[in-house]
Amino acid sequence: MDHRPQAWGRPRDDVYGAYDASYLHTNGPKTATQSPIVTGTSVIALKFKDGVVMAADNLASYGSLARFTDVKRLRPFLSTSVVGFGGDVSDMQFLDRHLTELAIDEAYEHDNTSSSSETPATAGQLNAANLHKYLSKLMYRRRNSFDPLWNQILVAGFDSSSTPFLASVDLRGTTFTSPSLASGFGAMLAQPIMRRHAATEEDAAKLTRDEAVAIVRECMKVLFYRDARSLDKYSIAVVTRDGVELSEEEQLEKQSWAFAERIRGYGTQTV
Amino acid sequence: MFRNNYDNDSVTFSPQGRIFQVEYAAEAVKQGSVVVGIASKTHAVLVAIKRNAEELSSYQKKLFPIDEHVGIAIAGLTSDARVLSNFMKQQCLGHRLTYGRNMPVRTLVDMIGSKAQINTQHYGKRPYGVGLLVAGVDETGPHLFEFQPSGMTEEMVAFAIGARSQMARTYLEKNLESFAACGREELIRHGLRALKESLVQDRELTVDNTSVGVTGTATAKDGSTSVEPFQVFDQQDVAAWIESVADDKEAGAGEGEAAAAAEGEGMEVDP
Amino acid sequence: MAAMFSQNPLMNGPNYSVNDAPRATAPEGARQHRFDPYTDNGGSTLAIAGAEFTVMAGDTRLTSGYSINSRHHPKLFKIGGTTADQKDATIVLSVVGFAADGEALKERLDTICKMYRYRHGKPMSVKACAQRLSTILYQKRFFPYYAYAILGGLDEEGKGAVYSYDPVGSYEREQCRAGGAAASLIMPFLDNQVNFKNQYVPNSGEGHALQERERRPLSRSEVEVLVKDAFDGAVERHIEVGDGLQIMVITKEGVEEVLLPLKKD
Repeated sequence: MDHRPQAWGRPRDDVYGAYDASYLHTNGPKTATQSPIVTGTSVIALKFKDGVVMAADNLASYGSLARFTDVKRLRPFLSTSVVGFGGDVSDMQFLDRHLTELAIDEAYEHDNTSSSSETPATAGQLNAANLHKYLSKLMYRRRNSFDPLWNQILVAGFDSSSTPFLASVDLRGTTFTSPSLASGFGAMLAQPIMRRHAATEEDAAKLTRDEAVAIVRECMKVLFYRDARSLDKYSIAVVTRDGVELSEEEQLEKQSWAFAERIRGYGTQTV
Repeated sequence: MFRNNYDNDSVTFSPQGRIFQVEYAAEAVKQGSVVVGIASKTHAVLVAIKRNAEELSSYQKKLFPIDEHVGIAIAGLTSDARVLSNFMKQQCLGHRLTYGRNMPVRTLVDMIGSKAQINTQHYGKRPYGVGLLVAGVDETGPHLFEFQPSGMTEEMVAFAIGARSQMARTYLEKNLESFAACGREELIRHGLRALKESLVQDRELTVDNTSVGVTGTATAKDGSTSVEPFQVFDQQDVAAWIESVADDKEAGAGEGEAAAAAEGEGMEVDP
Repeated sequence: MAAMFSQNPLMNGPNYSVNDAPRATAPEGARQHRFDPYTDNGGSTLAIAGAEFTVMAGDTRLTSGYSINSRHHPKLFKIGGTTADQKDATIVLSVVGFAADGEALKERLDTICKMYRYRHGKPMSVKACAQRLSTILYQKRFFPYYAYAILGGLDEEGKGAVYSYDPVGSYEREQCRAGGAAASLIMPFLDNQVNFKNQYVPNSGEGHALQERERRPLSRSEVEVLVKDAFDGAVERHIEVGDGLQIMVITKEGVEEVLLPLKKD
């Protein structure tokens, strides 16, 4: 007989092993993303004369495993802006749900369908600059609570004076804008190509839509060549004042792997 | 003696379906001196009669800037108005910080509407004893809203609240059609004329008792629009406007003047 | 007593799970990875107070590691104007370090200035604003804003005022200050050129007998040349500095802003 009342009714350690009571600890350390799990690679975007073009491939990797090959990482917002996500895919999906909610609220609040025809249907709704500000505050708040959303996000669209807008925000809430932007590997591989065509805002304002799309497609090809966590299937979005055109089933064309033969210096080579 | 059993709190309906406390609060609005608001396609103005409790005291403020694009005119308890004004100011600053834009006026007015409604449905609370006219500009242009202690809010083309405001409203109804096309100056003059209708026989508009508040959209030479920040004018700054609606000029002030003002529409004029 | 050290449970009597502690913490060999909330976005800032003006300057490059994120990211912000475009502002804040913290700091201070104006019906003085900025920084003493701030404006007498800060709110009013990545390159140059350190009157003697060159307030044109030279030097020697030079000059007429090119390499 054990005379300690707190032991009564408990399983004996020597029979069942020590009892794991950890699940009872609801006030234990709070959990937060400490590293991304399923990830998307680069997102790239380039401004042009009357809008912005953005692209990202359709791959979600699990470490070095190409885990999901049909994940769309660009999403339109209120048919006036586009948001592109790099980094953790579950955090992207959380933000996606959150933005859907925000868009619904916004569409209800500024319902211009019944008002006069001179006010555009989207008047008064959040533009890309407003959305970017909002997302940056959200990301910064999450970093302040040590529970970051592990993404780098590009936002494309127009600002309040109806000029093309492109800006980035990352998991720490750092924000910046530039005529061309690229996250992840794209910052090393695609950004130099895009900057060659649009080093300044003035240069970008001279680019036509077709030129911009061609440059971005070229960048996607380079990224597929050199980024091991990439895919030849990608999405491309073009935002203009008329709205968002999003194509999610693009295939890299005219690949040439001839350059690969000339690469020397990595691992075993016979010659 | 008649005693009303249904006015002890704001949560009990009378058998006739009335909530007396809320109706009494609406009476408090009628005790306040008159304020007039008018909105055109380009501007929203507020004009008010200030009262001084006695000859030796100063005049009670009637117009308050909320944010750079919104201002309010109050009729009723000034201290209740201050609570609402502080709340609106906070909301506008918060909105600007999270979205980087002027808070849409309707959104703001809905917020104080919901806030005031709570006071009409909770035991132990008291409805706000103040009515507001909210004038502001957002991306959909200038707006004028009425707010009542019941929590009712409504968008108006022109409106007046406060003591003897019926006469002002009659004037506004008579000139309703002309407001939309009015320029800044003409709109202010309409406001002042409406205000004069509500004055007691031997009183008149003076630089001491008149306040004017204006906000609007200013169109620059290159066609771009910007917000003319809400500004309150008092004392000598309103002298010219008062002079322009003096009795002897009233007869002549008609269509001719309106046309002249329409030409200078959107021009920023600091008297 | 011996039973305590025995491995045989029978000698201790049966044990029961009265302990609520979790059985194991981390699996063997697992490392705890923690999110680092800070980065350094590079760049440099500089402020010089004159007799009746203050010059503030900062480069416009934003880096992360060896990458240039943006070639046009301002580090100078007008503070405390009546409107969002800060048209009538008279105070300038420069921040360098972690850009997101800098941005948050600027917005906090600006909001406080706006509330001050709303409550008191007048703009905040530079002195009051400087004190308040110190408090804001110190309030986050244990999770600091990683930002080196410099506040510039004109004091009550109309003289140029520069206040410099460390990330946790220690501050002082100075004649000049450089901050950020190239601060250690620029500051000695300013010591020499603004405060005339190590400058002596020729032939005034030797050793302790040497007379220091008399200090005098610099003119605006002299200061503007100094600022440009300081940054041209910093660009040559520091990879995180470059692209553009944003200069704001605060005078009693208001704030003038110019943007000059710097080397983009």
